[in-house]
Amino acid sequence: MKKTTIRTGAALAAVLVAAPAFAQDLTFWSWRQEDRAAYEQFIDTFEAANPGITVKFETFEAANYNTILSTALAGGTGPDVMMVRAYGGLENVAVAGYLEELTNDSVPALAEFAAPALAAESVRADNKIYAVPFASQTQLVIYNAEIFAANGIEEPQSWDELVAASQTLKDAGVIPFANGTATAWQNETVTFGLGSSLMGKAFYDELMAGSTDFTDERFTGALSQVAEVAADYFPDGFIGLDYPSAQQLFASGMAGMFVGGSYEIANFKAQNPDIQLGLFAAPGETAEDEKLVGLYFDGGYAVNAASPNKEAAITFVNYLASAEFGQAFADTLSNISTIPGVTFNDPLLAEVNELNQSSIPYLMLAHFRYGEPSGSVLIQSEMQKLFAGETTPEAIGEALTTGLAAWYEPFKQ
Amino acid sequence: MTGRGLWITALIMPPLAFVALFIVYPIISAFAYAFFDWQGLRRGDFVGLENFHTVLFVEPYRSWTINAFKNNVIVFFALMVLQNGLGFILAYALWRELPGARFHRIAVFLPVVLSTIIVAYLFKLFYHPLFGVVNISLRGIGLDWLAQPWLGQSGTALWSIIIAQAWHMVGFPTLVFLAGMQRIPSEILDAVRMETESEWVKITKIVWPLVAPSATIVFTLLFVGAFNWFELPYIMGGLDGSPFGSTDVLGLYFYRTAFGNVSAGQQDFGLGSALAVLIFIFIALVAGVITTRLRAREIQL
Repeated sequence: MKKTTIRTGAALAAVLVAAPAFAQDLTFWSWRQEDRAAYEQFIDTFEAANPGITVKFETFEAANYNTILSTALAGGTGPDVMMVRAYGGLENVAVAGYLEELTNDSVPALAEFAAPALAAESVRADNKIYAVPFASQTQLVIYNAEIFAANGIEEPQSWDELVAASQTLKDAGVIPFANGTATAWQNETVTFGLGSSLMGKAFYDELMAGSTDFTDERFTGALSQVAEVAADYFPDGFIGLDYPSAQQLFASGMAGMFVGGSYEIANFKAQNPDIQLGLFAAPGETAEDEKLVGLYFDGGYAVNAASPNKEAAITFVNYLASAEFGQAFADTLSNISTIPGVTFNDPLLAEVNELNQSSIPYLMLAHFRYGEPSGSVLIQSEMQKLFAGETTPEAIGEALTTGLAAWYEPFKQ
Repeated sequence: MTGRGLWITALIMPPLAFVALFIVYPIISAFAYAFFDWQGLRRGDFVGLENFHTVLFVEPYRSWTINAFKNNVIVFFALMVLQNGLGFILAYALWRELPGARFHRIAVFLPVVLSTIIVAYLFKLFYHPLFGVVNISLRGIGLDWLAQPWLGQSGTALWSIIIAQAWHMVGFPTLVFLAGMQRIPSEILDAVRMETESEWVKITKIVWPLVAPSATIVFTLLFVGAFNWFELPYIMGGLDGSPFGSTDVLGLYFYRTAFGNVSAGQQDFGLGSALAVLIFIFIALVAGVITTRLRAREIQL
């Protein structure tokens, strides 16, 4: 056992020492262990088109990826090309100066990308882009199409219709929503998956402009409506129901709807291949209100600023930003690629892409995870309190605003 | 130096180097980390006691620290009764050879052998609001109003996890107390039997004072365990001490601060190390006091 460890260590050290000798060998780090086969295929395509450059794909456990990556970069043993997170997670590595800035000159395709996608992979202070964004995720309502059809329910167009649909399901003995909130981060998903249209685009714009804060009635009103629906139409004891149980309730067909991310689709289909799924953006107060989903970006591909093979790495990143790659990415991995012009064969993905056209950013992740306490941590615990009847929406607005004022400049007064 | 001296030095040096490298060095470096500013994993400037000041006096860290510490204190006293108290009673019953003692000796100790992760998942299932055996049993005997989302309420979540911990570990103090009782000389017990019939007198005047060494061990270990508690709350309550910090303990809080969690995205080794140092000093001091005070009442036979 020990011998193998020593040998592996020696071999690794040898590889590290020898690495600069092979000028066109790139290492590419990722946290997507489950996508290894797909990435090997993408890399084969790239290598065929670019003789002389080889790419080695290495994966690490997702939960510890950030720690491993920052340690490696700090120690000077980082990869040439790597997946990085978005928003605050990106800033952690980018601000330390480990990543190469990407410009429209080095990666021309970036000029065509949507602004919010690029913003997710930029540092706020200087607006410089450090990674090619690869996928977006959408917070919306997923429903069981068979259950909806059997009960004569259409996709709701207003909040009242959503409540009426839930009541119909409840009367029919079906759990309307499968969600539980014992797992902290699910509270954030439920809040913005259901509440984005109620809050509205105007609230978002004013919040970003600094002319309003979380004590705004549009925000607190949305919270109280979400809490009412949860109290009436979530499973019995949902505040003690954890995330995996909630997923199973929906996947097994015991519940009609699930508030969650577009990443749940693949998971539900894997758990129950026969399930017929449908999607809608949770409606606003009236049918005329714009229906908004919560949109965010997962991460991006970045280049190590200290890489000895920077030119080859930029070539590879250009491929990762190409329409050809985007299409292969969407088809093989069933993810919403951020690359413009990609079409989706899977009808559900195509629908998610359609819904994305009318969205606001998934608020706390996109804008309030840059300091302690993060907006996510605050909204998660405050919503748990609200669901347990231990606080009010107005008090939450107050708690969020004063809590974030610790580091968020516009709230400091 | 004589050959014998050389020989001894040669034997002592490797283990000493091992201890220095793998025990002393990490502890000292953890102390050192606490005095620096950290940008992610990159060490910044020396900041003196700034990190300690932040975790103890600056919001939001201050209220997080107080909340986690308060929960640890609850856990300690609750387990003192549920784990050590019950352990003593069980040990006494086993020692008195009540019917079925041999079976129960194994049954009481069996959960200790189980992995903590198994116990945590098992109890998570027991407490499940819809399908959990606790709620189903309560509904089955007509006590519907008692069926609760046990792990979702601030009032019940921590206690639910404490009960799981007590079930898991009650066999350990039982075993230690039982061993202590079996070491009580039979002459003393015969003498007591001449004096009184009362079990109560026997327990309070003879057994309890004579198992004092066992009590010292289990009290000290429980104290250290309660303030380093991590696995059960991590699996059953989550890294955030869900719901809203009701199950947050110092171990979870330290982990979140030093290594970050997905929802916060911030990692700060300086604050984390400062917390670790404070926890270490607190545990070392109090455990030292408990041990010396309890040692003093032990009786040498």
